Amino acid sequence: MNQQLLTTTQAVDPVFIWIFGISAFLLLGITAVTVWFLIRYRRSRSPEPTSQVSGSVWLEILWVALPTFLVLGMFYYGWAGYLALRNVPKGALQVTATARMWSWSFTYANGKTSSKLYVPVGRPVEVNIVSEDVLHGFYIPAFRIKRDAVPGMKNHAWFVASNAGSYDLFCSSYCGVGHSAMITTVEAVPEAAFIAWLTEQNPAGAKRGQEVLKSQGCLGCHTLDGTKAVGPTFKGIWGHEVTVVTNGTERTITVDEPYVRRSLEQPNADIVKGYPAVMPAFKLSPDEVAAIIIALKGTAE
Amino acid sequence: MTNSEATTVQDERGFWKDTGKTGITSWIFSTDHKRIGFLYFYTVFSFFLVAVILGILMRIELMAPGRTIMGPQTYNALFTVHGVIMIFLFILPGFQGVFGNLLMPIQIGARDVAFPRLNLLSWWIYITGAATIITSLFTGSGPPDTGWTFYVPFSARTGTNVTLAVFGVFLIGMSAILTGLNFVTTIHRLRAEGMTWGRIPLFVWSVYATAWVQVLATPILGITLLLIIAERVLGAGLFDPGRGGDPLMYQHLFWIYSHPAVYIMILPAMGVISEIIPVFSRKPIFGYGMIAMSSLAIAAAGSLVWGHHMFTSGMSDLAVLVFSFLTFVVAIPSAIKVFNWVSTLYKGSISLEAPMLFALGFILLFSIGGLTGLILGSAATDIHVHDTQFVVGHFHYVIFGGSGFAFFGAMHYWFPKFFGRRYREKLALAAWILLFIGFNVMYFSMMVLGVEGMPRRYYDYLPEFHALNLTSTFGSWILFAGMVIMLVNLFHGLLRGEPVERNPWGGATLEWSIPTPPPTDNFVEEPVVTHGPYDFKGSGIP
Repeated sequence: MNQQLLTTTQAVDPVFIWIFGISAFLLLGITAVTVWFLIRYRRSRSPEPTSQVSGSVWLEILWVALPTFLVLGMFYYGWAGYLALRNVPKGALQVTATARMWSWSFTYANGKTSSKLYVPVGRPVEVNIVSEDVLHGFYIPAFRIKRDAVPGMKNHAWFVASNAGSYDLFCSSYCGVGHSAMITTVEAVPEAAFIAWLTEQNPAGAKRGQEVLKSQGCLGCHTLDGTKAVGPTFKGIWGHEVTVVTNGTERTITVDEPYVRRSLEQPNADIVKGYPAVMPAFKLSPDEVAAIIIALKGTAE
Repeated sequence: MTNSEATTVQDERGFWKDTGKTGITSWIFSTDHKRIGFLYFYTVFSFFLVAVILGILMRIELMAPGRTIMGPQTYNALFTVHGVIMIFLFILPGFQGVFGNLLMPIQIGARDVAFPRLNLLSWWIYITGAATIITSLFTGSGPPDTGWTFYVPFSARTGTNVTLAVFGVFLIGMSAILTGLNFVTTIHRLRAEGMTWGRIPLFVWSVYATAWVQVLATPILGITLLLIIAERVLGAGLFDPGRGGDPLMYQHLFWIYSHPAVYIMILPAMGVISEIIPVFSRKPIFGYGMIAMSSLAIAAAGSLVWGHHMFTSGMSDLAVLVFSFLTFVVAIPSAIKVFNWVSTLYKGSISLEAPMLFALGFILLFSIGGLTGLILGSAATDIHVHDTQFVVGHFHYVIFGGSGFAFFGAMHYWFPKFFGRRYREKLALAAWILLFIGFNVMYFSMMVLGVEGMPRRYYDYLPEFHALNLTSTFGSWILFAGMVIMLVNLFHGLLRGEPVERNPWGGATLEWSIPTPPPTDNFVEEPVVTHGPYDFKGSGIP
């Protein structure tokens, strides 16, 4: 970067200070005047009203003009800050954020995917935001940015992390039972570490399967440690007999490869008894499905 | 209280007794605007109490991170039902249905509204809609879990009972349209001799502006809700991008109604405040014309600001520019009202009785709600706080701190008129103090949480948000305690309160000139109006 880059936080925070400042001043002023009137003109001290004045043209003009002037200033300042959020600096790193019920997945230009948003410190990042099902919201409070993920639409936002660290990333637009669990982090790391991470291959075998479970958000609802969550745990599920509800009737099946494949494509065809039918369908590549199956087999041991 | 006084009150029970008819049918088939007003009051207020309990349960769940007393699906249904009841069953029909009905005809010197039977039909449609919504909670596959905004595509996909709930809201919209038509006609046609437009009480002005919003904006809600039903039942695909639809179109249609609806909630509240402040200051309202015109300005400009709910949605930047600008324009008439109310106090003789306390509470809380609205109107800052707890805090300051406190104030102000008895002033003061403190502890904490980045509609949250959530929950208990004391006090006053004469506060509007409680025909003789609504000297009030 040749010139000093204005971060999104630096674009927004002065507007907050300006509007909060004026608001606090007005509120204190109104409250102080009211309290003073209440004390000065209380009935015990002022048994009769000493004026029957019912208006003043000059005062009315004053308090039409004063708020008009103030709010137009706020409007302009707010708009200028908003433009800074919309205009992406040249040369920004491109990442696609895919939202689905109820997880985030980030895809980089070289095809690498991740459930956390890794970014290099000091380099602007443009996030292209898409949704696979319902509305979601891409929100990073630390960078003051938010943009909805709308199915059928491509939205964008940008930010730059000035310091290395881990920042919360929330889903801000209500999306169902897993809404508040649809959170992850932005991991801002030095440029060199980022390049090393980006070029590292996605792992293979069971490790790869666990990566897929994580990046696809499966672990948002299914645990690996035996805890009951929104969906049944994966621990020891492989080869196990479970009672499922199919079209309203109960039957017992064994968790095997066909069942796992069917559960990914038509998740609500066979619902494990006692759990809600809320899982969305997943379209995964054949090697991702194979990796998941290896990982599930691994949890049985 | 002596026996003879009690008998006097019993003998002169006005519209409660003078038709000679008793029993439930004399109420639910009555065309008397006062009886219909009370039908609305008891129904909307019961729903309000139910939704308060739901709110308290939500706050208990949020006391600590993770599961406290319920699971996520239950929590999502709770905030949906809390919102739907508070908005559609309480505050939207509340002011017009209760205080519009009870007072507007008397304040303009009429015997009743223009179409009394249509008025009764409005209540019946309302109660049918309410019953439909309540049914949707207990039938099908569970209560709706979409939030009160019913955003697509989620509302089109969820398996919960959305269709029935949405149909109930549609019916309630029909009821509001009929009420609006009725009130506009009444105010135009049935004013008493001498009740010129310049002598209409400001409460009636606000009822008038609100009625226009009801008539003009509610049909769009009706259409939007029918489109959701078409989407769910017929698979219309209007909002489904997979079939060429657009989810953003739903948001536009929804907010074209639902933002003006905020003004349906707040305008009559402002009217109540404009009645109370002059009476308890014994001074004419400052800037009558400006307050009346600012109601109309808010109703008009408020219809053009809906897009500020969509700054992060992906709507074009040009639309953000226009809607942000228009939003700031609405701030101006609201500010004018606040300045005029405060100026009315100047050189008055101020009595801090319960209605006045609620009015002053309104001014402060509504000001905080309005000023935090500036943060949401400004495009840059809205991006950060949109869809966070800040928004939840902000709109509760406007709708609860504003409309809610005005509703309580109106209950205390007109209580003696309709029941002929008084509540205890000291208990009312105690209740008000608890309500005011509890309210601020509860909702100010939420606004801080929002600025810190906690999103709304979150069942669970990160540990850093714990302290403020706990504080907010404590606030909800203080608020609830205040509400219980207020209700006990009013109920006790209703049964045992000291009897009052026709004009306990020294008001100059027409309702204070007729017997207490008002007789069914309101006026013994056709009134002839010779003075303005706040001309205390001219109307011979000491």
